[in-house]
Amino acid sequence: MNFKNFKFDLSNKNKDLIPQVLTVLFIVLVIIYFTINAQNNMGNRGISFGFGFLSQESSFDITFSLIDYDGSHSYAKAFLVGLLNTILVSAIGIFFATILGVTIGISRLSQNYLISKAAEWYVEIFRNIPLILQIFFWYFAALRALPLTIDSINFYDISFLNVKGWYVPRLIWTNFSLFIYSLIAAFILIFFVSKYAKKQRDEFGKQIPVFYISLAILFCFPFLAFLIGGVTLSFQIPELTQLSKTIYVYQGGVTIIPELISLALALSMYTATFIAENVRAGILGVSKGQKEAAASIGLTKGQILKLVVMPQALRIIIPPTTNQYLNLTKNSSLAAAIAYPDIVLVFAGTALMQTGRAIEIISITMLTYLSLSLSISVFMNWYNKKMAIKEK
Amino acid sequence: MNINLIKPNKENLTSFVSIGILFILVGFFDFLANTFLNLNFTAFLPAGVSYFTPIILGLIGLHFIRIEYSGNILLDKINANFNSSNFNALLSLFVIFTLIKFIPALLNWFIFDANFAGDTKQDCTSSGACWVFVKVWLNRFVYGMYPDTEQWRINTSFFILFVLVGAAFFVPTKFKKYLLIFLLFVYPIIGLKLISGGDFGLKYIETGAWGGLSLTFIVSAFALILCFPIGMFLALGRRSNLPAIRYSSIGFIELWRGVPLITVLFMSAVMFPMFLPDGTYVDKLIRVLVAITLFEAAYMAEVIRGGLQALPKGQYEAAKSLGMGYWKMHFLIVLPQALKLVIPGIANTFLALVKDTPLIFVVGLLELAGMVNLAKTNPEWLGMAMEGYVFAGLVFWVVCYAMSRYSQNLEKKLSTER
Repeated sequence: MNFKNFKFDLSNKNKDLIPQVLTVLFIVLVIIYFTINAQNNMGNRGISFGFGFLSQESSFDITFSLIDYDGSHSYAKAFLVGLLNTILVSAIGIFFATILGVTIGISRLSQNYLISKAAEWYVEIFRNIPLILQIFFWYFAALRALPLTIDSINFYDISFLNVKGWYVPRLIWTNFSLFIYSLIAAFILIFFVSKYAKKQRDEFGKQIPVFYISLAILFCFPFLAFLIGGVTLSFQIPELTQLSKTIYVYQGGVTIIPELISLALALSMYTATFIAENVRAGILGVSKGQKEAAASIGLTKGQILKLVVMPQALRIIIPPTTNQYLNLTKNSSLAAAIAYPDIVLVFAGTALMQTGRAIEIISITMLTYLSLSLSISVFMNWYNKKMAIKEK
Repeated sequence: MNINLIKPNKENLTSFVSIGILFILVGFFDFLANTFLNLNFTAFLPAGVSYFTPIILGLIGLHFIRIEYSGNILLDKINANFNSSNFNALLSLFVIFTLIKFIPALLNWFIFDANFAGDTKQDCTSSGACWVFVKVWLNRFVYGMYPDTEQWRINTSFFILFVLVGAAFFVPTKFKKYLLIFLLFVYPIIGLKLISGGDFGLKYIETGAWGGLSLTFIVSAFALILCFPIGMFLALGRRSNLPAIRYSSIGFIELWRGVPLITVLFMSAVMFPMFLPDGTYVDKLIRVLVAITLFEAAYMAEVIRGGLQALPKGQYEAAKSLGMGYWKMHFLIVLPQALKLVIPGIANTFLALVKDTPLIFVVGLLELAGMVNLAKTNPEWLGMAMEGYVFAGLVFWVVCYAMSRYSQNLEKKLSTER
C-alpha cells in the first residue's frame, strides 16, 4: 500500500468528518447541559418530569367549547378543547381568506380602473398593519361599539348581533347520522360518475354534463334521506329573556363569541391580502398565447378558463397559498391576546399557571403545532404532486 | 330618425350621450340628496326599488354612453376604464357610491369633527376622534416607561444611527465598508450601552422600563442584524454535503418554522429559565431578542436557500474550476448573486419581523401596541381604544409601507437584467 496515498485519503476524510463530529458533539453537549439543569431545577421545586398530570382534574372553566367540558374534566380534555377551538378558528379563517383573497386577486386584474385600484389599496393597507393590531382593533374597538343586548341588531328575527356576541339559530337534527351517510353515498357516486364521464370523453369523445349531474345527486340524496329516512331538521331560534330588572340574555341557539368573530375577521382579512397576491401572480403567470391557442381551437370562454387557464394558474397559486394557510393556522395562536380559548391560552396559559409544568406543556403545545403544520404540508405536497406537469 | 335604445350607436352620438349624462346626473342627485340631505325623492316607489334607484339610473345612463370608437377621446377612455360592460358599470357605480358615502364620514371622524385641543378626556366634546388621548400619551407611546429626564439618550442613539445610515449613502465606496462594519458590529453595542446606562455616569435603566415605538425599533433592528448571518449559515448548512450538518440544519429550520412565534416567546419566558443553572438570570429583553432572532433566522434561511437553488449550476462549477474552496466560492461567487435574486423574500422576512414585534407583550414588554393597550385601560381614558389602535396602525403602516417600497426600488436598482 502506498503510504502517501493513504495519508491523503485520511486527511480528506478528516476534512469532512471534523465539522460533523463537532456539530454533533455541540448539540449533544447542549442537550446534556440543559437536561442536567432542568433536572436540578425541577428537583428544587419538588416536581418530576412526566405527563401524569394530564389525567388530573383541571378545575378551571373554558368560556367557549365545542365539546362537553367543565372544571371536573381532565387536563387532557382541556387540551382537546383548546385544540378544537384552534382548528375551528383556523378553518373559518382559511375559508373566508380564500374567498376574499381570490376575489381581490381577480379584482386587481380587472379592466375597471376603480376596482383594480380599490383592490390594490386593500392589499397595501391590510398587509402592512401587524395582525395583532388588527385583532385588537376588531375586538377592543370595533366590536365593543356594538349595541347592548337589549337593543341588538336584528337580522329578520332569527339572528341577533350585540356586544356579547352573535346569536344564530341552533340546528336540531334527528337521525343525523343517516343524513351524513347519504352525503357520503352522494360523494362516492359523484366520484364514479366523474370517472365514467372522463372515460367516455377520452375514449368516445362524448361530453357528459358532470357538473349538473353531481349537483343533482348532491341534492337528491339528502332529500331522499329527509323523505324516507325520517331525518328532520328544525331551528331553535335564540330568544331574548329577562333575568332580572336590567339583565337581558339571549337563550337557546348558538352564541358566536366576539373573540371568535374578531379573530376570524382579522385572520381572514390579513391572510386574504397574501392570497390575493398569489392569485394575481398565478393568473399573470399563464401566458397570453395559451389563451389565444385555446380560443383558436374553438373552446368557449368557460372551457378556456376551466381547461387551460385554471390548471396552469393553480400550479403557481397552490404552493405559496399552502404556506399562507399554514401561517394562518400558526397566527391563530394570537388568540391568546384577546382571551379566545385556543390551545395557547388554555394549555400554555391557564394549565401551565396551575401546574407549573413548563417543559411538558410548552413541548406538547409546540409539538401540536408542528404536527398540524407538517400534516397540512404533507397533504398539500401530495396535491401539488398530483397537479404537477407530467412530462412524457 | 331611428334610434335603437338597446344598442347605442355612433350616428346619434350627441343624443345618446346627453340622455346618458342626464340619467347619470339624476342618479347622482338622488344619491347625494339621500346621503347628505336626508331627502328621498323616490319614496313613492317600493322600498327595495327606491333604495336602488341611483344605481339603476346610473346603469341606464352608462348604458347609453357606452359607444365603442365614438371618436371622442374622453368618452372612449371612460368607457374603456369604467364602463366596458354592464357588470363593470355596476361595479364602478358601487365603488363610487361607497366612496361618497364613507369618505366624508371618515374624514369627519379623523379631522373635521376630531378634538385636538385640551389635556383631559373631558376636553373631547365633539363627535369625532379624540386625538387628545394620543397627544397626552404620545411620550409614553414613543418611549414607554423610560424616565422623562433620560429620554435624550434614546433620541441621541437614534439620531446617531440616522446620521450613520445617511452617511453610508454619501461616503466614497472605499470607506463604505468600514462604515458598514462599524454600523453592524460596533454601533449596536454603543447604542445599547447608551440606552441601558450603568457606566460613564449614566443612570442604569432596566429593560422593563423600555417600551413604546423606540422598543419596537430596537427589537426589530437587533433581530434584523442578527438573523441575517444566522439564516445564511443555516441555508448553507441545509445544502451541505455533510449529513450531520445538513440534518441538524433541517431539524433546526423546520422546528422553528413549524411553531408560532407566540409559543417561542412563551418558551423563552417560562421554559428557558428551567434549562439554566438555578439562580442565573438572563434579562427578559435579551431572551426575547434571542427567541425572535432564531425564529426569523429559520425563515431567512429558507428564503436564502431559494436563491441558492435558483442559481445555475454553472456558477458553482466555474468557481470550483478556478480552484476556489468552499468558503471562497460561496462568499465571492454564489452568495452575492443568490442574495440579489431573493431581495423580495428578504424584504418580506424583515417586514414580517417588524410586524411580529408587538407580540413581545406576552413576556410583559410593551412596545407601541402594548402601550396603547395599557393606555386604553387607564381609568381616566376609558373608551379610547379606537383612537389608540388607529394611531398605532398608522405608524406601523407608514414604517412597513416605506420598507416595502424601498425593497421594490432596491430590486430594480440591483437588477442586472437589461
